Amino acid sequence: MNNGAIIAIRGLRKIYRVGKVDVAALRGVDLDVKRGEFISIVGPSGSGKSTLFHIIGALTPPTEGSVHVDQHDLAALSDAGRTRLRKRTVGFVFQKFNLLPNLTARDNIAVARHIGGTGSKPDAQFDEVLRLLNIAERLDHKPNALSGGEQQRIAIARAIVNHPAILLADEPTGNLDTENSKAVLEILRDLNERTGQTILMITHNPEAAAYGHRTVQMRDGRIVA
Amino acid sequence: MTGKLVLENIKHKPMRSLLSILLIGVPVTLILTLVGLSHGMLQDSQNRARGIGADVIIRGSSASSVISFSGASIPEKKMVDVIQEQPHVKLAMGVINHPIELPLNIMGIDLDTFNQMSGGFTYLEGGPFQGPDDILIDKYYAAQKHVKAGGPLMLMNHKWRVAGIIEGGKLARIVVQKKVLQELDAATGKVSLIYVKLDDPANANLAAGQLHRLMPLFPIHTMEEFTSMFNVNNIQGVKEFIYVVMAIGVVIGFAVVCLSMYMAVLQRTREIGILKSLGGSKGFILRIILIEALALGMGGTVLGILMSYAAYWAIRTFVPASIPMIIVYAWWPKAGAITLVGAGLGALYPGLSAASHDPIEALAYE
Repeated sequence: MNNGAIIAIRGLRKIYRVGKVDVAALRGVDLDVKRGEFISIVGPSGSGKSTLFHIIGALTPPTEGSVHVDQHDLAALSDAGRTRLRKRTVGFVFQKFNLLPNLTARDNIAVARHIGGTGSKPDAQFDEVLRLLNIAERLDHKPNALSGGEQQRIAIARAIVNHPAILLADEPTGNLDTENSKAVLEILRDLNERTGQTILMITHNPEAAAYGHRTVQMRDGRIVA
Repeated sequence: MTGKLVLENIKHKPMRSLLSILLIGVPVTLILTLVGLSHGMLQDSQNRARGIGADVIIRGSSASSVISFSGASIPEKKMVDVIQEQPHVKLAMGVINHPIELPLNIMGIDLDTFNQMSGGFTYLEGGPFQGPDDILIDKYYAAQKHVKAGGPLMLMNHKWRVAGIIEGGKLARIVVQKKVLQELDAATGKVSLIYVKLDDPANANLAAGQLHRLMPLFPIHTMEEFTSMFNVNNIQGVKEFIYVVMAIGVVIGFAVVCLSMYMAVLQRTREIGILKSLGGSKGFILRIILIEALALGMGGTVLGILMSYAAYWAIRTFVPASIPMIIVYAWWPKAGAITLVGAGLGALYPGLSAASHDPIEALAYE
């Protein structure tokens, strides 16, 4: 972890138990991601992309191997430690947006700040991000009054409101039309270029993958290219 | 922000929230109504005992509980005349008591003696006894039975004529002439209790002591003592009954909140996953569920209090004489606390269940 990488993964294995059967989702993954990189991860369904994301995002612990995220050894973290990591170190953007349906867009963002312990009002830098996302006019609407593209932009805003070291985007354009997909991908690229935000993005779409600095290909639980 | 999240959750499923509040409110109403009834009945009896104007009361030797009256077991002539001659005694009045539908009694009195002791009844309609079948009833009983002065009233299989409708608050709601009730009860010459008026109320303890030495087998109390015994704790079974209703309240509150919050947690599995992905801790998730349950509990308490006013109105309107309910404000916080304990306990299981959700499974929940 002295190579300047914000993410350093060595020999990562993850085995899920399904009923009485052990299923190996990751079979020895090595990966380094430098701070400020925008990486696309591609691969067919079942290749282990989402599992890799869940481990980097501290949603589940690794079975074997070492995973360091922003100086934190994930293998050594307890459940409470992983929870703390999710508060401030990683931000998630999901394919299905995953906004809280009862709250307005503004409150969805405020909840993330509240949980992250960064106060109730966003800072000036975040105001700049809101302008970049072009959602200032839609903040007082609930998710069911927002288009898919707007919801995803709110989700991006929520994911970065606490200035996480890493933004994990899982198929962020999977539920969007071409126009909105392009807008969201450009926003991610802008974020990366303007603020140096480290981004890992899962995608099936080669055009979307091309927005990243480099593409990592996965198959059968391994990185193949 | 937690408060807003809870409020929006409650607003998001208004029917579930309202039904939960209603069901939580029912035991609150039960508790407050039961307490209001027991306190109301005791306060009513206390006020009517005070309204007699006596300083000492002598009850029959077979009076079982602290405030009950025996049947007509006291020989009137022998006792009343002896009491009348004791130092400081200004007036002794024997009264016969006949219980009818609980908690009502008919009291048989000598009206002249009663007037001397208490200053007499205030007549709202009609006037004093004219004949042996005359009966006096207070305004609450008249309203409950829909009778007016001069009208008939069947009681004890006897047809009475309502001679007068009196202002309540003295002795009993239903009063007849002592001799008539003694004959109907086959207790000629016997009374149930004796009220004693003294030359000075300050002599009450002294006089009660003298009378006790004279009649050691009879329960004798100053009126101050006697009325202070009108307390829920002194009535056998009432306190225990209230405890049972309180326990039922806790159980209902627990069950309603547990079911409601369990459903809510199931419905919000994905949202719980979202909060966890944002870094929401187990404590944060549990806190949201508990606060929501407590908010529902508070809503149920407020609704329960409002519904106890509805019960109060219905009782006052339909059975004002039989069940003199009062609103006991001191029990509002107690009923609220009982409800919140039930709600808090009921939310624990769903809350802990939500807190321990696996975030990945929760996010994948459809």
